[in-house]
Amino acid sequence: MGQQQLQPNINISLTEKPVKKSRWLAFMKKLAKNKAAIAGAIVVLTVFILAILAPWIAPYDPTHIEMSKKFQGPSAEHWLGTDDKGRDILSRLLYGSRISLTVGILSTLLGAIVGVVLGIVAGYYGKWIDSLIMRFCDVLLAFPGILLALAIISILGPSTANTIIAIAIFAVPTFARIVRGSTLGVKKLEYVDAIRAMGSRDSRIIFKHILPNITSPIIVQATLYIASAIITASALSFLGLGTQPPTPEWGTMLANGRSYLAQAPHITLFPGLVILLVVVGFNLFGDGLRDALDPKTKK
Amino acid sequence: MSKSNNNILEVKNLCTSFFTDEGEVKAVDGVDFFIEKGKTVGIVGESGSGKSITSLSILRLIQEPAGKIVNGEIIFKGENLLEKSKKEMRAIRGNNISMIFQEPMTSLNPTMTCGEQIAESIRIHQKLSRKEAKEKAIEMLKLVGIPSPEKRVKQYPFELSGGMRQRVMIAIALACNPELLIADEPTTALDVTIQAQILDLIRKLQKELGTSLMIITHDLGVVAEMCETVAVMYCGKIVEYADVKTILTNPKHPYTIGLLNSVPRHDQHYEGDLPVIKGSVPSPFNLPKGCRFATRCPHARDICHNQLPELKTMDDGNQVRCWIHTDVWEKQEEEVASNS
Repeated sequence: MGQQQLQPNINISLTEKPVKKSRWLAFMKKLAKNKAAIAGAIVVLTVFILAILAPWIAPYDPTHIEMSKKFQGPSAEHWLGTDDKGRDILSRLLYGSRISLTVGILSTLLGAIVGVVLGIVAGYYGKWIDSLIMRFCDVLLAFPGILLALAIISILGPSTANTIIAIAIFAVPTFARIVRGSTLGVKKLEYVDAIRAMGSRDSRIIFKHILPNITSPIIVQATLYIASAIITASALSFLGLGTQPPTPEWGTMLANGRSYLAQAPHITLFPGLVILLVVVGFNLFGDGLRDALDPKTKK
Repeated sequence: MSKSNNNILEVKNLCTSFFTDEGEVKAVDGVDFFIEKGKTVGIVGESGSGKSITSLSILRLIQEPAGKIVNGEIIFKGENLLEKSKKEMRAIRGNNISMIFQEPMTSLNPTMTCGEQIAESIRIHQKLSRKEAKEKAIEMLKLVGIPSPEKRVKQYPFELSGGMRQRVMIAIALACNPELLIADEPTTALDVTIQAQILDLIRKLQKELGTSLMIITHDLGVVAEMCETVAVMYCGKIVEYADVKTILTNPKHPYTIGLLNSVPRHDQHYEGDLPVIKGSVPSPFNLPKGCRFATRCPHARDICHNQLPELKTMDDGNQVRCWIHTDVWEKQEEEVASNS
């Protein structure tokens, strides 16, 4: 046998594959298999698009009062009917989605940022810092969510901005706990020791080496938290402590229709349904994300 | 072994303890050794002998408050590292003293590319732009023998094999051209063929860069291949400290002898079981009063169980911590002879 035949003549290019993309694809595939998650994602996405397009697609001005048309049921003119002041419910729901999404996302974001920083500091440094932060979180968690929000609003005064702050404060301990747990796990890994042995500063270790490795639980928690933030925001508005009328908000609309339940149930029914749909959507999507991001769940 | 000022590192009476609910564990208990410039020292011992804790102590990476360096001096280039501030220590880590860890699979950050990680370790200590650091990273990968480094810098650790990752670790450790490299079981987690490659690489780079090397291992094969001086540790204490030739051909301490006998030899035929050191390492909470090896030593006498021997310097300059090599032992021998 000639020597040349033994020479392997294969051109292997292991490095050409865009691996980052394939990891993303694997995640998307896993997510796509989960039908409930897809349904949730579609709902969430639809609400987002509708909220953005609200000024262009809403058939009427949401605050325009036309007393001659009050209490009208669904019709071709007003798809979802009108309320006690003759305002178009569909338009109000569309504009309301902007408020609900803004409150839900901003409060979650704000709470997550503070919670993540507190949790990561508590987990990384341990000792008395850990005890201090976590006991503070325990105190916050000891209040029922809505009660704490009520207390904060009563101090700050009712408005949309204060609703965001109140819900964000309540979100802090939830995120801090999750992040602290993940930090404790990642902190023990050898690469953290290795980077410390390279002379890295604590801040660099925390934000460049620990944070990127604990993003999955944070993303999942944030998605799920948006749902409960929307509910809490609606509840606060329902009680008259959140967004103030005449600004269209789902909770305010519910409260408004409450007095005419027997006479015109559609005024309460539609906002209620929308809240339910959006919250279920976020929850399904969040659960799906958790399953797709968790390497332990293989279906 | 003459002491000279040519020593890059001198460890004097190092004591590192861990404080647990069950009491103090003296993981490292009065360890002395030194490393000459450009030379290689091996620290040998089984699991729990304190060899890894010794290396972590040198870099002051012991996690407080659970563990603490309670006593001793670590003199690096004439300065005591134990007196340095946290900031000064950070400037030394990675820049003057680097470390390679045991597990290449877990000692790289999975969310950063290899190139980013090498570049980062350079940028911690040197004022280079991102681009310059990246070029240096490619250079380092070339130095540690990774083919097509331009492509490899963009890859994530999970895309590399164990041997490749260990090469990346070496590249990170040597990126700032440290004077001392501590390798904590650098080849334990690798295949035998890869082990040889990695050892060759470390030795080659040591020669090229003039780095001093401290190798922590339980593999006497690694010691034979790499080291000039060897310290054998048992239960936190050095039991024998000698040049590599003496350790391998004429060991003095019964533990070293036992270790060497436990290595199967190709030119010997074994009937039944391979030779082992009988018994197991004593619990760190309940160390023997006398010599810590006494419970497993075939020569142990009363004195071994009751009194801890000192590290005695022999005529050839090597050090042994064993009663057998003291006058006391010879006297007892004579007494036994005269009594019978």
